[in-house]
Order: sequence, then structure tokens, then C-alpha cells
Amino acid sequence: MAFEGYLLPPSGQNWSRIADYKANGGYEGAEKALRSMKPADVVAEVKNSGLRGRGGAGFGSGMKWSFLPQDVQRPRYIACNADESEPGTYKDRQILERNPHELIEGLLIAAWANTIDAAYVYMRGEYRGPFENLNAAIAEARAAGYLGKNVLGSGLDFDVFVHRGAGAYICGEETGLMESLEGRKGQPRKRPPFPAIAGLWKRPTVINNVETMSHVPHVIRKGADWFKTIGTEKSTGSTIFGVSGQVVRPGAFELPFGTPLREIIFEHAGGLRPGRTLKAVIPGGVSMPVLTADTAMQVDMDHDSLQKVGSLLGTGAIVVFDDTSCMVRAAIIISRFFRHESCGQCTQCREGTGWLHKLMLQVEAGTARKSDLDVVDEITRQMEGKTICALSDAAAWGTGWFLRRFRPEFEAHIDRGGCPHAGTSFEV
Amino acid sequence: MPLSEELKARITAEFPKYPERRAVLLTALHFVQEECGGWVSPDVVPEIAELLGILPIDVEEVVSFYPMYHSDPVGRFHVQVCTNISCCIRGARGVVRRLEENLDVLSGEVTGDGLFSIGEVECLGSCGTAPVVMVNNERFVENVSADDVPALVERLRARAAAGGTNGSNGQAGGR
Repeated sequence: MAFEGYLLPPSGQNWSRIADYKANGGYEGAEKALRSMKPADVVAEVKNSGLRGRGGAGFGSGMKWSFLPQDVQRPRYIACNADESEPGTYKDRQILERNPHELIEGLLIAAWANTIDAAYVYMRGEYRGPFENLNAAIAEARAAGYLGKNVLGSGLDFDVFVHRGAGAYICGEETGLMESLEGRKGQPRKRPPFPAIAGLWKRPTVINNVETMSHVPHVIRKGADWFKTIGTEKSTGSTIFGVSGQVVRPGAFELPFGTPLREIIFEHAGGLRPGRTLKAVIPGGVSMPVLTADTAMQVDMDHDSLQKVGSLLGTGAIVVFDDTSCMVRAAIIISRFFRHESCGQCTQCREGTGWLHKLMLQVEAGTARKSDLDVVDEITRQMEGKTICALSDAAAWGTGWFLRRFRPEFEAHIDRGGCPHAGTSFEV
Repeated sequence: MPLSEELKARITAEFPKYPERRAVLLTALHFVQEECGGWVSPDVVPEIAELLGILPIDVEEVVSFYPMYHSDPVGRFHVQVCTNISCCIRGARGVVRRLEENLDVLSGEVTGDGLFSIGEVECLGSCGTAPVVMVNNERFVENVSADDVPALVERLRARAAAGGTNGSNGQAGGR
């Protein structure tokens, strides 16, 4: 039986209006939590569900919430990450455009669970449509009494504000986001202190991604035990896989964790164009190590399975390459991206991203030497685990694993003095 | 050129959402670009700073850090093409090239009449409908092929002739 999903409305439907959302069980989770559950019980339920963050790192959401100080000094905040900027990723947009009340309800339940005064949804500035849609939904929720003073008679005063970013990828990093929200350059902060202790305006702050928050109403309404029946033991629930690249039907598909990557590409996304064969797949946004076709055809899409084959789930954004594609060109685009988006604080990242991009350009042009490939490998190792945030690691993985898993193709560029796929591959 | 009273009022109306005025900076700069020709002129920086209780350098470093803010004039229609991985795979470079040919300027330049500028941007989060184009800060134009470019440019010219938007509001050229 096909999985029907619970995060997104059925295909062709849009539940942005509160009446449609409520007609499909909307706000029942919030009613249950605020009217009949203690905040600590809500945290416990989320913890027990195994819900993990859908923004890239996969950290346990209930665990994260439990880090907030127990002595409830006010104010306390939620920062909700809607900066969706990891190349290949467009899943949060599906929720923001088609089911925004689900996010608002998740924020409300999180506010009750963690005694929060206000939530700021930090949304990337380019998302004009989602921005307008979420704001309209917030206005409806206020009018219906789900936001504002004394929500549902619980004594909680809570409101949600949408804050627009301005195009910097680094603001999707949790502390870069907070700097940006406070009106500064989005340069990540050193930790500790962690956001749960000193986040927005140095106050205790819960930070979760849009999709993560949107699972919460379902966890509360149907219970942790129900949630754990979907997905795998350590990756519970469903998620939205966004497929792009060289497939017949690119799209966003809500499926249980553990769905085989082969099924996602060849059934849900319609497979490859006629006569083409699979070459490579990025399984979780360009920060995550690329997979060869052989590995991609055998792996399931959950945290543990991807880790076992030397990659990570990331945002679940799947980018598909067929045999016409040049892997060096892919590495050029990815290294160019990280060079552009490095915030410049840490030397390893600021300099390393530039070096990687320049070397990729030289490989493509056929002007690099074989020894330069070892330099690339060495640079990526110098960039890992040495900086304030993980952008440097992402740049090293995103670029370095193309070289490690497709080294003969990189060498062929050098041997031939140019690109062997120039006639067929996409341009950069 | 001083900020209009209306624009100042629009900015100060955001203050109650935050514990500190400074948090309104990004929003204020979006408003300024929407209402003052699509860029942040050096003239308005001191005034924004004063309004938010910060220094002009605090404003300038934010303008230069974020790709969506322009410290030089852009065209009335700033046409930006995503050239990240999913869009390039599906022909974004061809879209940029056709724009350059059609408008007779290079990416990063403004046309002589000030009507258009071309830009390349990192992933816009529309990878399933690639390639994607964003005009000013409007809703995206999705599934754009190089062959769609002439019609897109014509629609924008028609909007300009009809006295269309000078800023970031309004509907995209594709709709």
C-alpha cells in the first residue's frame, strides 16, 4: 500500500486557509497539548517519538528542547529556521506554500512545551510567495485565538513573527541565523554557550527547522507510538525528499525514512531520460558526500543507512546525475557556491573554499597537474573540524568526495588537457 | 535623498516585534530597496542608522554582506538566474547567455536605458522546477528555458511601458 503521508495535503490540494486545515485535523494537537498536557509531558512525548531535526544535522528534537534551563526566566524565544538554502533543497517551501498552519501549530506546541514568549521564523528573503502565505496564515491564527494573549485559556501569551533574510546561505547556520536576526552580518558564534542557554538576545532559545516543527502537531495528536511505526528504528517518521537534476519528473515526495533511493528516483521521480544510465547521486544537498551509482542503487534513505555508505542524509535533497554529466563541472559549481557563501571569519574556510574552486577550474580546463589532485585532498582535510561552524566541513565534503569517488574522471581531464564530456555535459 | 515619512513610518511600525530596534535593520533595507529604486544609496545610510540607533558602519557592513542588497544601482528589472547545481544541470547557463544576447549587456551589467540588469544567484530553493529566474524580489518564474527569454523580456518591457513597478513589489514577469 502506498504511503499517504501526513505532512503535506494530498496532491493538488492546498490547506493554507485555516478552515481547510482544521477540517483535516488541524490544531487538534495544540488543543490537546495546551488543554490537557503539562509542558514537561509534551517534551517527553516528542523525545519518545524519536523525532530528529529535518534541517540537516538530524539532532533529536526532544533532547534539544530538554536543554533549556528549568528555571523559567523570561523572555525565551523560538528561532525557526526557514532559510532553506542548501542547494537542491526545496522541501520547507512545500509546507510554507501548502500547509503553513501546520508550522504555526508546531510552533505553538513548542512554545507551550518550552514556555516561550515569541517565535521568529527566519525566512530566506527570496521566498516572497511563502512569506506572504505564512503571514496570511499567522493573521488567521491570531484572529482564531491560536496566537496572542492567553492562548486557548492556557495562560500562555505567544506570537509568531516572520523575519526576512537577505540571501546569505550562512544564515541557515543556527548562530549565524541569530546574528542576522539581531541585525548583524550572519557570522556564526562560538559555542558554548549554546542557543538553549544563550540564543537570541542572549536568552534561552529553541531552534528548529520548518519541517521539524511541522511534525510536532502529528506527534502530539497521534502519539509517539504512532510516529515510531513510520520510518526506521533510529529515523522515525516521514520526510520530504526533494528530487532534482536529470530525472523525468523532479518533485518533492513525502515518504517514510528508509525508503530505498532507487525507488525514489525510478518510481516517484520517473527515472532517467530514455537511453541514459545513472552516474552519481547527491543524497542530502550539496554539502553531503556524493554517491556512485552502484551505492545509490543499494542504499535506503535514513540516517544510519547513509552513514554506513559514507554519506549523510542532510536535508534529504536528492540531486541526480546521468552519464552525460561531468563530475568536475559539478565540483566547480559546488566549490564556487561555498567560496561565495563563506562568511570569512575562519582562515581554513575563507582560503580553502577559494583554493578548491580555483583548482577545480584548472582541472576542467586541463591545466592542472596530477599532483594538484593530492593538493585538493590535502586542503579538504585541513578544512574539516577546525572552524567555528560546519560550512567549512560541508565545502570540503561537497567538493572532496567528488574527487575521491570519481578520481579517474578528474585524471582524464588532466591527461586529455580538457573535459572529456564537453560535448554532452551541462555547462557551469 | 532623505527617506520619506511614509517609509520611516513603515520601518518604525516593525519595532514592536523585537526587543531591540537594531533587529529591524534587514527589514528596513528591504523596504528601502523596494521604495528607492532597487538599491541602497549611500545617502540613506546615515538616516537608517539614526532611526535604528546604530552607526552608519553597522548598516554598511550589513549591506555589503548580504547578496540581496545592492550598493550600486541595478536595473528597474533586476533579472537574476540561479546558476547552482540543479539549475545548471537543466540549462541555466543557456538562460543567462540568451538574456545577455537579448539585452546586449553582460551578466552583472545594467542596460543603457536603466531598464534591465542581469545577475546570477546561488540556489533559490526551486530545484524541482529548474531553471528558475527571480525578477527583483518577486515570486519566481519557474521552469525557464533559454527559448522563454525573449517573451519574458517583452512582458517586462510591457510592464515598464504601462508604468509598472519600480521596486520589488508586484507580480513576476512570468505571470
